[in-house]
Amino acid sequence: MTQPVNTNETKTDLYRRQFLGKTAAAAGFALAPGMLLTEIAHAKPADEAVSTKNRWGLLINTNKCASGCTACVTACQVENGWGEINKSEELSRASQKAVWIRKVKLKDKQTGHVQSLPLLCQHCEKPPCVDVCPTGASFKREDGIVLVDKHICIGCRYCMMACPYKARSFIHETIKNQKVHAPRGKGTVESCTMCAHRVDNDGIPACVEACNAEGHQAMYFGDLKDSNSVISKELAKNGGQQLRADLDLNTGVRYQGIK
Amino acid sequence: MLSHKTIISTLLSILLFLPVFAQADNLMPTVPKAKAKANPETLCVRDVKVMRTNHMEFLMHQRDETMRKGIRTKKDSLAECITCHVSKDDEGKFASYGDDEHFCSSCHNYAAVKIDCFDCHNDKPTAASKTGSTVK
Repeated sequence: MTQPVNTNETKTDLYRRQFLGKTAAAAGFALAPGMLLTEIAHAKPADEAVSTKNRWGLLINTNKCASGCTACVTACQVENGWGEINKSEELSRASQKAVWIRKVKLKDKQTGHVQSLPLLCQHCEKPPCVDVCPTGASFKREDGIVLVDKHICIGCRYCMMACPYKARSFIHETIKNQKVHAPRGKGTVESCTMCAHRVDNDGIPACVEACNAEGHQAMYFGDLKDSNSVISKELAKNGGQQLRADLDLNTGVRYQGIK
Repeated sequence: MLSHKTIISTLLSILLFLPVFAQADNLMPTVPKAKAKANPETLCVRDVKVMRTNHMEFLMHQRDETMRKGIRTKKDSLAECITCHVSKDDEGKFASYGDDEHFCSSCHNYAAVKIDCFDCHNDKPTAASKTGSTVK
């Protein structure tokens, strides 16, 4: 089940990084030793566009994910202003309300073994939602984050039909008091943004932060193209599985421990 | 020769309509002053005249840059406009888009401009928008 993430690109990237690393080290000794490495690893200036140098991903260890714990879901709601946090969707039925991330319980009927995992947009390399979008509203950023451009979304919901993970929601009602960094409005489709507003500021997604704060450490966030990132090392060492790997979507969200 | 009647009626009608002419100034939109960051030197991020004519272009450009490329500069950010320009009334409440007191609608109402920015975007400053980007 284990599939390498873009082996070729990773390799090229590694060479590039080694080259950059050496150059940087040389410059670093001349200027200020020790200060440079973190600068290289992080910090996209606000006016710089995201690029294919990165591919952001998540790794979720279902063995560490506690059943009954919904810290990631709550954190997402608080961060992006949906669900319990924003009561604007008062007339919609439960099945109609927006869900960016949900906890799913898997039960093996044969053995009775129960597992729990968070399910969210898998940020595919080849996203079916982008394929079917008639307006170009559903798109993938250069750094692999799949988003909806609500400015041009016409609310046709083809993407919701195409998504194998039920990751997207349609807003049926007028929304008030949105979060500044997470605009939401009637007649458009929305889903997990991998907290792009945080990622663009060198942050990590709210769900990962919450999981760490709870002490479960079931979620890693990082750059799949950086072979030195924790997520890449962990994937290289112990592997990770895609949900519906048969669809060959090369998802940015990987799981460990699903049995 | 004009008759007395004509002269009197003309004078009367001028007197009657004078108040209307006098009030013409008040019919212009009252645009609330930006409070948060305005200073006498810069006034706004660009010359006020340029902003009045072209703000929609700047916003539209920034919209695509942010959405598609993750460029989050503050200069032409809608959130920054709101933070600086939407101010509290005497009761300490922020005006909503659509009210004549709201910076955007103070002029849009007058000019009959219909926008849908605030169908999705928050029309009021929030704690998070004031401190800039949220958490690391």
